[in-house]
Amino acid sequence: MARVGADMDLLRFATAGSVDDGKSTLIGRLLLDSKSIFEDQLASVEATSASKGYDYTDLALLTDGLRSEREQGITIDVAYRYFATPKRKFIIADTPGHVQYTRNMVTGASTADLGLVLVDARHGLTEQSRRHAVLLSLLRVPHLVLAVNKMDLVDYDQAVFERIVAEFTAFASKLNIPDLLVVPISALKGDNVVARSEAMGWYEGPSLMHHLEHVHIASDRELRDVRFPVQCVIRPKSDEHHDYRGYAGQVAGGVLKPGDEVMVLPSGMTSTVAGIDLFDEQLAEAYAPMSVVVRLTDDVDVSRGDMICRTKNMPTQTQDVDAMVCWMTTAPLRAGQKLAIKHTTRTARTIVKDVQYRLDVNTLHRDLGADQLGLNEIGRVQLRVTQPLLVDAYERNRTTGSFILIDEATGGTVGAGMINTGS
Amino acid sequence: MQTHSDYRLSQLDELEAESIHIFREVAAELERPVLMCSGGKDSIVMLRLAEKAFHPAKLPFPVLQVDTGFDFPEVLAARDNWVDRLGARLVVASVDEAIRHGVVVDDGKTSRNRLQIGTLLHAIEEGGFTAAFGGGRRDEEKARAKERIYSHRDEFGQWDPKNQRPELWSLYNGRLHAGEHMRVFPLSNWTELDIWHYIARERIEIPSIYFAHERKVIARDGMLLSASDAVQPRAGEMVEERTVRFRTVGDMTLTGCVESQADTLEKIIDEIAVARVTERGATRGDDRFSEAAMEDRKKEGYF
Repeated sequence: MARVGADMDLLRFATAGSVDDGKSTLIGRLLLDSKSIFEDQLASVEATSASKGYDYTDLALLTDGLRSEREQGITIDVAYRYFATPKRKFIIADTPGHVQYTRNMVTGASTADLGLVLVDARHGLTEQSRRHAVLLSLLRVPHLVLAVNKMDLVDYDQAVFERIVAEFTAFASKLNIPDLLVVPISALKGDNVVARSEAMGWYEGPSLMHHLEHVHIASDRELRDVRFPVQCVIRPKSDEHHDYRGYAGQVAGGVLKPGDEVMVLPSGMTSTVAGIDLFDEQLAEAYAPMSVVVRLTDDVDVSRGDMICRTKNMPTQTQDVDAMVCWMTTAPLRAGQKLAIKHTTRTARTIVKDVQYRLDVNTLHRDLGADQLGLNEIGRVQLRVTQPLLVDAYERNRTTGSFILIDEATGGTVGAGMINTGS
Repeated sequence: MQTHSDYRLSQLDELEAESIHIFREVAAELERPVLMCSGGKDSIVMLRLAEKAFHPAKLPFPVLQVDTGFDFPEVLAARDNWVDRLGARLVVASVDEAIRHGVVVDDGKTSRNRLQIGTLLHAIEEGGFTAAFGGGRRDEEKARAKERIYSHRDEFGQWDPKNQRPELWSLYNGRLHAGEHMRVFPLSNWTELDIWHYIARERIEIPSIYFAHERKVIARDGMLLSASDAVQPRAGEMVEERTVRFRTVGDMTLTGCVESQADTLEKIIDEIAVARVTERGATRGDDRFSEAAMEDRKKEGYF
């Protein structure tokens, strides 16, 4: 076995689809074929399958972690799975597909580099698969794979596959999907999952695993606009580091170098980067998503919630936010409601000014008559914030363009927002 | 840290950056954090990441250890070295003391592992801690795969898996009511192999029992337990000398070792890379009682 190294890169992907689409079977297959499943896990699943009287090992049992899920035979929460090949490490955010779990899908997609949508070859595109594609596009997941599963049940028929490809391509043209691959597979039999299928000689593209291993993600990083939200100030106050003062944070965009002229927002003070530290190393540059400490040449006032950027390239400073919001709790979102908002490292209070429309995630229809958002609904919302936020459009930066909404009474996370251009 | 001309980060650097971000968020937003440290490899990696997050300042929180009374001396020694070097404050919550003070009840049937739960919850309450960092990883076990990085606990320390807060992007919600606390898992996205690669890369000092050594052991329930005052041979059992190492460290009465010749980090990494049994399945008696053993303990307030 090839040595799985420490220097490979990381691909985070979100899967969507229901139990019926064979999603858990596919994940089980990826884990099994990359030798990421251990004997004791497999033995436990085999025993459970046998006790339930199944003809074959139900790989779905590998991913259903909670007892209530096993009892009900459904997945109710986002589960994170890990596997590695000699080329890459993978983190799967495995999300359930039912309509009531839109919030889980949005959660899983928020950090994903790639989205994997499954459809059953016998049924073609369903309302659910369209919804999954819309959500992945809304969350700006840069790569999309549509896996047409259960090809074995349609005799590996190319015509069936081509029909689904044509239908999906027509639908996807209305969405923002920069990179799309459609692959015919059988998760159960293993066709085109790791190895190219012999039963589908007509398919000339890569296997799913080959694509996951090779899809180019380095260019997805935002390298133009320097964005450094300050998490905390590092002041050792020790004899050894008496005058040390650094600003700790995780780079959200751009490339920051010592000597760069920078501006601290919201104060607008300018200074120069004196050094970038990571523990005992001094770095020549820092880019997303590195966690570093930035030192400045001048003694300017910087605290948590501030943002360091370049003098000629700044985020928008605004108290009025226009965003697409996914609502995640049963009591609806309405105009006049007050909430807490967390955006980068800044937390403030906000009031909902207007619910402009509700988006039907199955048809993309905008319901302008809607004046509230219910659980798992998505819509365009105007917010007024108690203090200025330092924002970019979500389509430009997924970190400085996103926020969460918190119910101040319960403390729960009740909404997720993606900021529109022009906020 | 190796920066690349194409602005790529290795997965280990990306994991490190994510963990450091988490440590800083908690220190900035939650009032009284504490780092739970068993002295095992995962909690020592946490100490290293916390050190990096705040360097050159000291850790802005103390280190908490639950002393089961059956901890491996090698593990306690490694913990002490780390705490001394970092100049951190160590808080020890002893199961024996908890029994003496009636915080938990030792009925002779309950394992030390279960008694740890009450001891830990008491220590968190007594210290007024609002956030406790734990070394749990999502790849360890099925119930853990669904746990958040910020895992909200009610005033009884319980975890409600069906009512978890959604966790999006890297925006963590640390809101708490009085009496509640947060368990925070900075290593959520690390795998066992990542931990070992990181220990090797950073040359991190870990307890010697992770490396192959000669030890007197007793074979019991398919596990090799270390023979000691706490683990004596029962009728029909033999004490044998074998070359072994530990893959996880916990309570001596429940943590088994595996036969291994891996006496260097490189050999351990090679061994893990081809291992066919999970670290918990191989060596943890506490996870074997039922398919949902971990889920049940987690709900009660286990790490």
